[in-house]
Amino acid sequence: MTTLVLDDLRKSYSRAGPAALHGLSLTVASGSLTALLGPSGSGKTTTMKLIAGLIAADSGDIRLGDRSIRDLPPERRGVAMVFQNPLLFPHLTVAGNVGFGLRMRGLPPTRIDASVAEMLDRVRLGDLAQRKPAQLSGGQAQRAALARALILRPEVLLLDEPLSSLDPALRDEMRLLIRTLQRETGITTIVVTHDQAEAVALADRIALLLEGRLVQDDTPQAFYARPATTAVARFFGGVNFIPGTVRDAVFDCAIGPLALPQGLPQGPGLLTIRPESLRLGPGPNLRAAQIVAVDFLGSLTRIDLALDGVALQAMVTPDTARGLSVGARISVSFPPEALWILPH
Amino acid sequence: MRADRMRTLAALALAGFLILPILPLAIWSLAHGWRFPDLVPQTWTLKAWSLAVDARSGVLHSLAVTAGIALATTLLAALIGLPAGRALGLYRFRGKGLVTLLLLAPAFLPGIAIVFGLHGVFLRLGLVGTVPGVILAHLIPVLPYMVLVMAAVFSRFDPEFEAQARSLGATPWQTFSRVTLPAVLPGLMTAALFAFLVSWSQYLLTLAIGGGRVQTLPLLLFSFSSAGRNDLTSAIALLYILPGLLVLLVTARQVTGRSLALVGGLRP
Repeated sequence: MTTLVLDDLRKSYSRAGPAALHGLSLTVASGSLTALLGPSGSGKTTTMKLIAGLIAADSGDIRLGDRSIRDLPPERRGVAMVFQNPLLFPHLTVAGNVGFGLRMRGLPPTRIDASVAEMLDRVRLGDLAQRKPAQLSGGQAQRAALARALILRPEVLLLDEPLSSLDPALRDEMRLLIRTLQRETGITTIVVTHDQAEAVALADRIALLLEGRLVQDDTPQAFYARPATTAVARFFGGVNFIPGTVRDAVFDCAIGPLALPQGLPQGPGLLTIRPESLRLGPGPNLRAAQIVAVDFLGSLTRIDLALDGVALQAMVTPDTARGLSVGARISVSFPPEALWILPH
Repeated sequence: MRADRMRTLAALALAGFLILPILPLAIWSLAHGWRFPDLVPQTWTLKAWSLAVDARSGVLHSLAVTAGIALATTLLAALIGLPAGRALGLYRFRGKGLVTLLLLAPAFLPGIAIVFGLHGVFLRLGLVGTVPGVILAHLIPVLPYMVLVMAAVFSRFDPEFEAQARSLGATPWQTFSRVTLPAVLPGLMTAALFAFLVSWSQYLLTLAIGGGRVQTLPLLLFSFSSAGRNDLTSAIALLYILPGLLVLLVTARQVTGRSLALVGGLRP
């Protein structure tokens, strides 16, 4: 088994400065594709380098299966990393680059050549094998870098912002390739990214880091439906927050009592609902609101609402928004299953 | 076609500039006396050359000593210059300016200014009159070139390549030999050639530290020259010039990237 366990990892870059990681504990299931998500400075690259062995942790442990890899040098960890910049060795051909790791292991050349040819076909670079890195496009270089790591069949594959240097058109292609190759090989993979949309589209699970702390480790769906904190909700585009108190299955707040699903924590809390879950029109928890702004955003239209002094935002399809004008009063309903209570 | 002609002209000018001063040496080394106002010597002889290759004259031994010292100096300078240049080129640290200045200092200071103090120190260490002593002394003018060239080379090197190699399973030594060294090799070659030449042409330091017991080519050249042996002096001078010419041909390619065109211009 190659489950990766990070156990209370701590790291500071300078004695005086703030810690980059404050005791990170995370379990990455074998064969999963996990996104390590966070804004810049949240500690995700630090975590990546700790796993790869490029920097040393101040304390804590890193385990792969049942062995600790914390004190192993990078080349003996069974962890391969693909950097944000493809970093293809300029003096080697594409094939030479992809075969690099196998040569370091001292495999016979004939076996290396066969593996390289097969790997290059999988990333669709078969006809560019003899090119030098300088003759590749950005997308091709990124695919070569991915092939160079995957060919080693590492126990853990680390990808640092693999899509950020690519054009939007190439991004979808690369995302699909990563997804496909990861499923086929079953290699436990961690993708570092600052883009929540990328994390959601790519990963089975997301670990969200904010200011050096793990704030939530969950499925992509859960980050939308059940964010752990206000900061998590905001990071995933949450904008509707109403303070109040939970009593049984009812939320008391400035816009009157709202029916909640069963089983939410009692007491004071912050009610949140995704802008795309707020329903314009009749339904449960019906209220009347005034339209403050209507903004066409392309595939969706954003409606800003005022409801008894509380500002709310709804995202609806342009079809739903047709005929809505600023100043009009409309009915708004809060489906109970879309309501979630954050600690306040 | 015009460009071709220009290139040929440039090649001829360069060849003339390099070869014309050597011509009298070549004539002297083959002359049996060459008196004013003769344009060329009356009689020719291979005597100087046969003496030069004769073991008793010590010329060949001297050639080997000079080459050995220059090679050893270059190798040591590279061993020091690689890590030192790497540190100066890649990292920012306190006192970097001072370290750079100290490294450069020997290139500014005339050798004569340090040679007496150096002699005293080497005498106490028992290094005077020994080949290792001469090699150590040669490192003083050689190191600044080596370190500064390597610092410039490393300042254009991305150390993430090394991290990438490690994470692909390369040991530290494999990382150096398969990734770092190929990346800095062209610069290292240029620095090494210059280091070799600086050591090869040392006179004062060799004289002072070698104490007459380490006879390199420039020392031998000087002693034959003062003895008035124009023919033998010329033969030694030609041997002495040889590596410099080779280095020029090889590095012209490194420096300009078009020496082949230049050399090609010399061919019919």
